[in-house]
Amino acid sequence: MSGLRAMMRPHRLFLMALFAGFVIWCALSLRWDWVPKYAPLALEGLWVTILLLISTSVLGFLLAVPLGLAQAVGPWYLSAPARAFCTIIRGTPLLLQIWLLYYGLGSLFPQFPWIRSSELWPYLRQAWPYAVLALTLSYAGYEGEVMRGAFSGVNKGQLEAGRAFGMPRFTIFRRIWLPQAIRNVLPTLGGETILQLKATPLVATITVMEIYAVSSRVRAETFIVYEPLLLLALAYLLIAGLITLLFRRWENRGSANPELPRTRREKNLPLEG
Amino acid sequence: MPSDPAPEDAPAIQLIDLHKHFGELEVLKGVSVEARKGDVVAIIGGSGSGKSTLLRCTNFLETPSAGRVVVDGEEVRVRADGSPADRRQIERIRSRLGMVFQSFNLWTHRTLLENVTEVPVHVLGVSRDKASEQALVLLDRVGLRDKADTYPAYLSGGQQQRAAIARALAVEPSVMLFDEPTSALDPELVGEVLRVIRDLADEGRTMLLVTHEMKFAREVASEVIYLYEGRIEEKGPPDQLFSDPRSERLKQFLQSIH
Repeated sequence: MSGLRAMMRPHRLFLMALFAGFVIWCALSLRWDWVPKYAPLALEGLWVTILLLISTSVLGFLLAVPLGLAQAVGPWYLSAPARAFCTIIRGTPLLLQIWLLYYGLGSLFPQFPWIRSSELWPYLRQAWPYAVLALTLSYAGYEGEVMRGAFSGVNKGQLEAGRAFGMPRFTIFRRIWLPQAIRNVLPTLGGETILQLKATPLVATITVMEIYAVSSRVRAETFIVYEPLLLLALAYLLIAGLITLLFRRWENRGSANPELPRTRREKNLPLEG
Repeated sequence: MPSDPAPEDAPAIQLIDLHKHFGELEVLKGVSVEARKGDVVAIIGGSGSGKSTLLRCTNFLETPSAGRVVVDGEEVRVRADGSPADRRQIERIRSRLGMVFQSFNLWTHRTLLENVTEVPVHVLGVSRDKASEQALVLLDRVGLRDKADTYPAYLSGGQQQRAAIARALAVEPSVMLFDEPTSALDPELVGEVLRVIRDLADEGRTMLLVTHEMKFAREVASEVIYLYEGRIEEKGPPDQLFSDPRSERLKQFLQSIH
């Protein structure tokens, strides 16, 4: 394997040794006795972070599709509000949006008796619905803009071929327009999803117990500062790595761009070649 | 699928007095074309003569400003503004007109096999297995069976256009529409595409063929139509039209391209 040989170059070996030394130093000279006590809480926090990331990215993307479509080809009464929404979301800090929703809506709702007596009230009294809402809207705002470009960027001849063969409009959208639009912006969406991951700690400010909030709590209760932060960084790195891998797999699957994936090109060579 | 029973000898396609204007610009000024089953009607003319627009009006990719389109005896119902009145009807009629584009327009995110099965499976309701089986036969016909799992971007223009022809054949079209099928090709790739089209003509396919390949038009067409500034300047059997053109403009046109 040439990959293995490349790993064994002197400067690489040096860097690896340096990193291993850092890990060993961390393990030996830092305090980790708090870990067993907080591990269950940390796992729960990690789970909350992942759940927040997945749910808000998926919901946000589902919103981004109509937002992008409205801006790309919608009539003015759809495109204008969509554009306004994206501008406002992208033009204000996420922290502010989270607080406005949580403290604003959160203090508005109790004033309506019918809301207080509704089935939803037990949920509306908690913090997480506002966190999910704020993160979803934020992702939708950014990705709505991305999808606007993505929809406009699809070659008109691709859609015309669908029309020429009698495809109904929704079939054209589902089978040609949307998949091509998404394919063109998959690398962007991957990067944006990592940004979304790194936006999740903001919801700790409204008492949602995700992984960052857990590390804050460890610090507050034990006065140990760096060790929880190091583990926190490791957790985010791992999730970001997973996102990158996942998107790279999606890009390689069903890509038709000759510049992109080598593996795909090799697969496409004629069998006898 | 409900369709009006067509009389036995009904033309496969009739374009009756088509007009088309884009704003002030009048591109078609009343053009009528008729093709019976097995006819190959070649449409020639200089750039801006309206020949591509005429073809695109046939399946309402462009909405004719006036005129009628009749396919297999069934007339496309239109609103006052000329747009199709019945979405279902125009979609059904379109799916019977296999179109081949100048720039191929194969769906880039699908393999050749998927390109060919797309319309049968997702528009005509053919089962996936049956469509795949048929698609492989068609790809074999155009010499691309070994490329079935390849994406269009990996193919030459000539290969892409042959695959596009297989895609059009997959809908078992009553009429095939060719919109300058070789104009975007490198010269050395033109031959392989023309060979496929010639085979189709020989087996009695009905075609409207917009082309710049005069020699080819002469060989395969049963009728040639020369368009000039949105009107039919001259039409007739190819031998007569090419060897003995009556119109001054057609004479000049034929000289200019030789």
